[in-house]
Amino acid sequence: MRRSAREVALDLVSPQRAVFLLLVVLLVAIVVVNPSFAEPGQLMRFLQRVAPVAIVAMGQFFVIVSGEFDLSMGSLVTAQVVGAGVLVGQDGSRTVPVLALMLAFGTLVGLVNGLATTFLRVPSFIVTLGMMLALLGAVMFWTGGAATGNPADEFRQIGRGGWREVPVLDFVPYAVVILVVLLVLALWYTHRPAGKLHVAVGDNVATAHHAGVRVWWVKTRAFVISSLSATVAGVLLVGYAGVHPSVGRGYEFTAITAVVLGGVVLGGGRGWIVGALAGAVVLEALFVLLNYAGVPSTVRSSVQGVIIIAAVAYSALDFRRRRSGPATTSPAGGDAAPAPGRGGDTSTTSPAHSGA
Amino acid sequence: MNRLRSLDPTVVVYLALVAALAIGALLVSTVGRNFFSAGNVRDILTGMSVLGLVAIGQTLVVLCSSLDLSVPVVISLSSLLAATTMAGDPARIVPAVLLTLAVAAAIGMFNGLVVTKLRVNGFIATLGTGLIVKGYLDTQYKGTAGTVPWEFQLLGATGLGPVPVSTILMLALATLVWFVLARTRVGHQMFAVGGDPVVARLSGLHVARPVIVAHVVCSLTAAGAGLLLASRLGVGSPTVGSQGGYDLLSIAAVVLGGTLLLGGRGSVWGTIGGVAIFAVLDNVMSVMQVNPFLKDIVRGVVIVAAVAVYTRRTLHAHRPRFGVGGPTDDGPVLGPADGAPATGQLPPAEEVAR
Repeated sequence: MRRSAREVALDLVSPQRAVFLLLVVLLVAIVVVNPSFAEPGQLMRFLQRVAPVAIVAMGQFFVIVSGEFDLSMGSLVTAQVVGAGVLVGQDGSRTVPVLALMLAFGTLVGLVNGLATTFLRVPSFIVTLGMMLALLGAVMFWTGGAATGNPADEFRQIGRGGWREVPVLDFVPYAVVILVVLLVLALWYTHRPAGKLHVAVGDNVATAHHAGVRVWWVKTRAFVISSLSATVAGVLLVGYAGVHPSVGRGYEFTAITAVVLGGVVLGGGRGWIVGALAGAVVLEALFVLLNYAGVPSTVRSSVQGVIIIAAVAYSALDFRRRRSGPATTSPAGGDAAPAPGRGGDTSTTSPAHSGA
Repeated sequence: MNRLRSLDPTVVVYLALVAALAIGALLVSTVGRNFFSAGNVRDILTGMSVLGLVAIGQTLVVLCSSLDLSVPVVISLSSLLAATTMAGDPARIVPAVLLTLAVAAAIGMFNGLVVTKLRVNGFIATLGTGLIVKGYLDTQYKGTAGTVPWEFQLLGATGLGPVPVSTILMLALATLVWFVLARTRVGHQMFAVGGDPVVARLSGLHVARPVIVAHVVCSLTAAGAGLLLASRLGVGSPTVGSQGGYDLLSIAAVVLGGTLLLGGRGSVWGTIGGVAIFAVLDNVMSVMQVNPFLKDIVRGVVIVAAVAVYTRRTLHAHRPRFGVGGPTDDGPVLGPADGAPATGQLPPAEEVAR
């Protein structure tokens, strides 16, 4: 781990770590535009707002790194938020049972996604697309299209509240604590053999299978993690954004964008969870910066689009360079596979990945 | 099951369509309506035309193992451009249509170049393009705009007997695309590049060209859908594309039609079959007055179930990649399209173990 400062600096600007560079640039820009952003309290509130997106992105990370997609996250967030609104109602004592119910429902959705993908052999893009339609339809049908309900304050405090008057940090939202705990858990998990299997399966299913991996279980686990993360994000959003049927709209795309910005390869087999987290923070920081800079809200999506394409194109530079050498992050190695193009990256990321 | 396996995937899609028609007719007759009345047939065919147009273009993009998520904004932008340029004047129909198609082609070209030259994954590239165009739409248009002259509205309103003109145009386009895929060089290149870009490259293909062509055609067909919607609505609308959810629905129709999400295998007629299944499903539920939210549930379940029946079969039957009907079956078919882990249509455990 001992490296010179120059090596670290080079690593930061390398395309593979582009997201961290982008994050630093964005944060500096925000502070320049609005110096009060650097105050601990403001930063904490920013992180509080990032938390749901970041948690969803970390969940999506496991699915994508295992070589699948989860498009149902947005609908699941909506379903959980609306469900919480209806079930908790004004009765604060129901908080714990409803939380348990929500987690159980999230697990169920993940299991269905995973098992349909692995045993019915339907591409996860389609499975989770079907789940997205079905969940949203079910929620709207259940609530008659107009979700109402203002859950008890005890429940909303999870996403909204925090410890105030904390020395140095000023305000520590519960959401940030949850985010940090989940990040630590996720890091621990990705370093366990069980977590590394996600990368192995995403990189090369055939090799992983021959090595004795229960592929269906690894993939299903990824979907369950992803659905649980959408559930947690839903719990936080109830407090932060309130109950509304559109609250989770677009979360699946935001999560996938964040994950890809973080250097994770669509198609699986490559990626670092911290990158996915940084990708989510970048998306939110971009939003904040455009807000502070007074860019009209209608133009923001254009700027976001340009930056997403530019950032991903920049990190794609790395692939071109690495293609000539051995794949550095691929533990399984694609050479034994029947698939030409070493499974993981060349044949899946883009059809034109072969030139040099 | 064995006999089913040996069938062409497209045939299976149409068998499913026939089954859907039969069940639909039965269900509709229980509420005392005639499923095959001229009016109802026209409704189904009209329902097919817009999604059909989008899905034809999407088929090409998916064949090249890319995706196009920017179709909803292209549809909205096209409807607005057409309606505002026409401004109710019949003489300006032709320039308006040409302008719309030119803008759409430029967007498609941008998508294709970002995917091939900047090597951004199609999912992200088109998502980004969609955001860029969405920003323009949100800034430029506050609501519906422009007016479409009566002559252009006829496009969406007239029909030959029970067959709407829009559906005829859509089917004509499908025939053209089928011909391109089956008989022309660029069509074969699409199968090759979608199947395995490395092998295509080593075989001396310019791998970028077919991908760019596919993205341009996809944007053009989306523009066609936007023009059609403008002619039906009489105005341009900035939300008409995103409300229809045409990005994901068109991809679902393509996959339902038997095209591999990983690219390299598929057919445009299968896609039309997939679109028809959706249209029949929607029609039956509308006639039966199913709650609109329940419709979404049914749609979601049907998509997954149909593709499940379908993939269970095709993973075993290795169909020649080239040619829609498989006219040039040369040599053993390699399994790259099956082996590359991208989105789940992998040979799962049991398959690999053999």
